This record gives sequence, structure tokens and C-alpha cells, in this order.
Amino acid sequence: MTVFLWGVLPYAAFVLLVAGLVWRHRYDRFGWTTRSSQVYESKLLNIASPVFHYGILFVLVGHLIGLFVPESWTNALGLGEHAYHLLSLYSGTAAGALAVAGIAMLIYRRRTNAPVFRATTANDKLMYAVLLASIVLGMVAKLAHTSGNGYDYRHTIAPWSRSLFTLRPDTALMAGVPVLYQVHAVVGMVLIALVPYTRLVHMFSAPVQYLVRPYVVYRSRDPRRLGPRPDRPGWERAGL
Amino acid sequence: MRVMAQIAMVMNLDKCIGCHTCSVTCKQAWTNRRGMEYVWFNNVETRPGQGYPRRYEDQERWRGGWELNRRGALKLKAGGRLRKLAGIFSNPRLPEIKDYYEPWTYDYKNLTDAPLGTDYPVARPVSQLDGKPMKIEWSANWDDNLGGMPAYGDLDPMVERTRRQAAEKVRFAYEQTFMFYLPRICEHCLNPSCVASCPSGALYKRTEDGVVLVDQDRCRGWRMCVTGCPYKKVYFNHRTGKAEKCTFCFPRIEVGMPTICSETCVGRLRYLGVVLYDADRVAAAASVPDERRLYEAQLGVFLDPHDPAVGRAAAEAGIAHDWLEAARRSPVHALVSRYRVALPLHPEYRTMPMVWYIPPLSPVVDALTETGHDGEDAHNLFGAIDTLRIPLEYLAELFTAGDTGPVRASLEKLAAMRSHMRAVNLGEEPDPAAAAAVGMRPEEIEEMYRLLAIAKYEERYVIPTAAVGDARRLEESALPDVCSLDHDGGPGMGGDGPFGRDSGRRRLPLVPVENFHILRRRQTADDEREV
Repeated sequence: MTVFLWGVLPYAAFVLLVAGLVWRHRYDRFGWTTRSSQVYESKLLNIASPVFHYGILFVLVGHLIGLFVPESWTNALGLGEHAYHLLSLYSGTAAGALAVAGIAMLIYRRRTNAPVFRATTANDKLMYAVLLASIVLGMVAKLAHTSGNGYDYRHTIAPWSRSLFTLRPDTALMAGVPVLYQVHAVVGMVLIALVPYTRLVHMFSAPVQYLVRPYVVYRSRDPRRLGPRPDRPGWERAGL
Repeated sequence: MRVMAQIAMVMNLDKCIGCHTCSVTCKQAWTNRRGMEYVWFNNVETRPGQGYPRRYEDQERWRGGWELNRRGALKLKAGGRLRKLAGIFSNPRLPEIKDYYEPWTYDYKNLTDAPLGTDYPVARPVSQLDGKPMKIEWSANWDDNLGGMPAYGDLDPMVERTRRQAAEKVRFAYEQTFMFYLPRICEHCLNPSCVASCPSGALYKRTEDGVVLVDQDRCRGWRMCVTGCPYKKVYFNHRTGKAEKCTFCFPRIEVGMPTICSETCVGRLRYLGVVLYDADRVAAAASVPDERRLYEAQLGVFLDPHDPAVGRAAAEAGIAHDWLEAARRSPVHALVSRYRVALPLHPEYRTMPMVWYIPPLSPVVDALTETGHDGEDAHNLFGAIDTLRIPLEYLAELFTAGDTGPVRASLEKLAAMRSHMRAVNLGEEPDPAAAAAVGMRPEEIEEMYRLLAIAKYEERYVIPTAAVGDARRLEESALPDVCSLDHDGGPGMGGDGPFGRDSGRRRLPLVPVENFHILRRRQTADDEREV
């Protein structure tokens, strides 16, 4: 079981993510959209959506730092274990609270606003369940281990996640991790696998190229679809 | 000079009777789908009126179009690139569907399925958004023919602006009010703010004919274009989550046919043609500081297709000679640049719109005749223009950012034309002073009259094809895909090759309706009927 959860599932999720993105890009570019429901209701969305999205982006940054920045690096910066824990606790909780508040408002809006609820597919419901579960479980896991220096995931989860890149996952590291963290990690991997098959795929179309492209886009018709034009009336051109 | 070609439209508001045929045929052709119930690529508004969506011209609220920043450079009114990306998680300036109207259908089933009772069954309106019974409170055309004007009239943003200068001229009391119709489609602007607003780069302007389109495969539903367009002519399909807009009926334009709205216009008031413009001058013209100079600035961007230098530059820019010839015969070029009777809609948005309007000459002749004057005398007409039923100031707010000069000039030309043509029709000697007063020669007046009054189909729609090859291909797809001699025992039947129909001489189907299984069945089946 340990091998399956921590040695197989991460790669399965990654393969599903990449394959799904390639498949979606090739066969369903038309369906690749945020499927915004703002035209139905915009007052609550104008508050809830930025709160959620900024919250979840901070959460993502926190995960990247927590998992992929080794302890030696933060120590080199002069950040002690306790200071790191406090930083992680407060900023992580703040970001998590934003995300939880945002998604709570969004789900409330989705359920209570009739047109929005009618536009919600079964796929969306599954996505919301997994997304909400992973966010809430993450918060619970973090807040359940706050005493002292908290749970030191930088000696277990973080090295394991880095070992995934070497293709020799150190599954033993995960065996002693608290159950709450384990469940959060598994749900998170399921969420990653689901991304390309749900509307979450829109995270991969963040339009950063907008910052550098010219304002007005010109495009020509495909020249292969054009036929010859009639010759210009008049004298034949001489020479050449 | 960088010459580009644009297919543009002129509408003669004098002739619009507000029948909505253009809206209905456009709806049938393009937006009769789920998710697009509330969308009208073409709509006809009664002015004064709030328009569709309600008060779309209030740019302080909707932030459409461009404005000048402190350095005098163009900037999107809704905010620049960084601001757009920072606010991408919601769009606070996005109109909701209810700002257009909540689409509905009727519960027709109840008419046949209702249980026997004493009351007649009725078909109640049902919302197409949530499927529940609803009360119809607004629609795309609720204030048609000034409906509800005493209550809603003051909400027209242009009425608000007109009142600042000429309060006494805008009244909604019975027998004191005025109205005219304004059909609207996408303006296919030279400086399109919807294109500039799209973070994904899905909206684009075609280089060949200037049509502004949405690439449905690249649109990611960020909705910035809906805000960016000051005319609110980009719509959000709430089912597919993608933007859609007027396509200028490009599949028809490409083969030389007019758009659906033009083709079906009962009043024959629409004109389509090519204009040539200098793409290098667009940005400078759109950033003229004084809003009232924008109309003149936009005229300065257009190129005269009769100018040999323009012809050479166009050929260098790869514009085909049939397009250049079409530009020379273009009714749009004539009405916009030669006669200068057509005006752009809201040039102050700085998008350089390419659908222009000839302002309506109110029922001025009858009104003048009633007061005992000769209603078609040029001098009486000129004098009456300032006291027209439709205030010049209101028209100026629509067409010239409030400058009444160009509107008066246009209306005076129309008035001079009436006076001149009356003399011609009555066999009198036309007074050359009438034509001279508007700076035209009598022959020009008569040419303009022909274009405005009796121009035939080919004169109103001068549309060069995209490429002849396309036209031929479309023509072929309309024909049966088999030879007429291709029947059993017919003269064309040489039989199949040695290994079935797909061997030997290959006959390419025009539409390849073929898949692996059909192919395998046909090649392996013993009996033809099994296939």
C-alpha cells in the first residue's frame, strides 16, 4: 500500500495530467475555457472569485516553497526552524483562510443562484468535491499540528516529493507521516490528475503573453484555402 | 504608407422604418442557439432610448473603448495590460445577462396537456436561464417606438448629454418628442478595443478585409472583450463559455454576397463596399486630443482609390486588382469621403468604427409646408435644419462627439438634394445656388441622388470575392457529388478496378465521408448490400 500510494500514485497522477492536457489540446480546444458564470450573477462573484484565486495562488506558492526548498537553503538564509514554522503557520493559514472563504462563497453562490446551479455539470460537482476536500484537509492537517514547531514535514514529505523527480521515490519516508497529511496528499494527487478533465484546465491558459504582444492582432486567411485570381485585364506584361 | 483594405457599411437612417427584418434574419442565421438566446448581433434601437444592453453608451460605467493617458497616448479605458491580468479572476465591468434581458420561452405544452377545467390554459413565460416561471420585464427592444419614454427616456445617456447644451429641445411629451431608428451591428473597427482587450489573443482583425473575428479554439472565456467593446457588440455565450460576435457574414462576403442584414433590408438602406486606409496613420488619428476632431481625423485615414500613388502602394501591399477596382466603385467610399454625408457612430470611443450612418432628415418637408412655406425650397430647408424635430445636438452626440457642424453639413446636402431633384422632376430649371451652397456641383447632386434613392443591388453592394477558388469550391459543394452520367450502364461507367472500388483510378469524393470501418466493410464484404 505504501508503495502504491507514494510510489505509483504520484506518477499515475502526473501521467494523467500530461496525457490529459495533450489530449485536450489536440481534440477539445473548443471546450478549453473557464466556463464563467459571471453573466448570471456578478456581485458575489466579484468578491468571491478574486479572494479564492489569490488565496489558492498563495497556497500554491507555499506548497512549492515547503516541498521544494530544502531546509539547508532556508537555514543558509538565517531562518531558524522555529521562525520557519511560524512563517509557514501564519502565512499558510492566511492564504488557506482566503482560499477557504473564497471557495465557500463560490459554492454558496453556485448552489443558491438558480441559473448558476443549472449550468453546473456532474463533472463540476466532482471537481468541487475534490477541490474542497483537498483545501479543507490541508487546513485541518496544518492546524491540527501547531504545538511547538508543528509537524516537521521538511524531513519526511518534502524529501519524498523531491525524490519523485529522481524516479527513485523514497516511499519509506512517508510511512510515519500523520494520517491527516497522508489523506491530504492523496486527495491532492487525485486533484492534479483531474485537472485536465475538468474546467480546472483553465489554469494552464494563464494569458501571460498578453503583457508583451501588440494590442491589435492581425491574422490572414489560410493561403492554402485560396484559389487563383483572374488575370488582370489589359496588356500582357512584357519581359521576365 | 501601408495600404489596407476594409469592407465597410453605410446605413441610410432616413430610410429605416424600424421593421427589424435585419435583426430577425441575422438571429436566424447566427444566434438561434442555446447559450445565445439573449444575443442579437444586429439590433435596431429606437433613439432616444436606452439601447441594448441598457445604457451601453454610459462608458463611465462600462469602461468600453479607448481613452488618452496623461502623455496623450491611447490606453484602454478599462485598464492596461497589468491591470487586466491582475483583475482576471472576475470582471467588475461585465454586463450581466439581465442588463441585456433575461431570455425566455413559453410553456407551450400546458396548452395541450392542461387538465380539463373551467379556465382556458395559458402558456406562461418560462426563463431560459433557470427554467422557472418568470415575469417579463425587459427585452432587447422594450422601448421600441418610444415605448415607456416618459418613464425611461431620461435614462438614455445621449439624452443626458444633449440636455446639457439644449435642454429645451429634448422632450418626451406627446406631440413634442422625436424618434428615429438606429440599426447596429459590430463596427469592425480599425482600432478595435475588443481585440486589444483579449488576453488570449483569440480576437483578431483579418488583414484581407478587416473583419474582426473570434477564434473559438483560442478563446478562454476571460470576458475582457465584452467590457472592451464600447458598442457592447461582443457577447458571451453562456453555454460554451466563449465570446461570439457579428462575423460580418464573412462566408457570404468572401464569395461576393452581401451580409444577411443587408440582403434582407426592406428599406434597402445598407451599402457595402471596400475602403482603403493607411494603417500607419490609424494610431495617430485615434489619439487626436479633441474628441470633436476625431471624425475629421478618421476621414484623413482613408485613401483615395483613384489616386495612382495609392493604387501603386496598394499593389505593393498585395491588395488584388479586383479589390482596388471595387474600392473605386465603392458606395461606402462615395458616401463617406466623396459626398461626406455618412458619419461614424460614436467616434469619441476612439475605435475608428467602420459602420457609418447617414443622419435622418426628419419629416421636415411636411412640417414646413404646414407652416405655409414651400417645404422643398432649399433656403427654407436650410433654415429649418436648426429647428428640426430631431435635434441636431442629439444627432451630434451620436455621430460626431457633440459637434453639430458635420451633422448640419450632411443634412444640408440631403436638403439640397431634395430641392434640386424636385426642380428636375418638375421640369424646372434647378437653381445651381442650392447645390453650390453645400459645395457640390449639380451633377454630383444627381449622382448622390442615384446612389441614395435608386441604386440597384450591384451598386449598393460592391463586394470583391476573397478568392475565386473559394467561390468555385462552394459552388461545387452545392452540386451533387456524382456525375450525372454516373448511373448503372451509363456512358461514364467503366466499372471498378480489380481490387474493388478503392483501387486503380481514384475518384476523390468532394466530401470525404469515410472511416476505417466503412472502408474495411466495403473491401471485405461479399455482398454489396451488407455494406
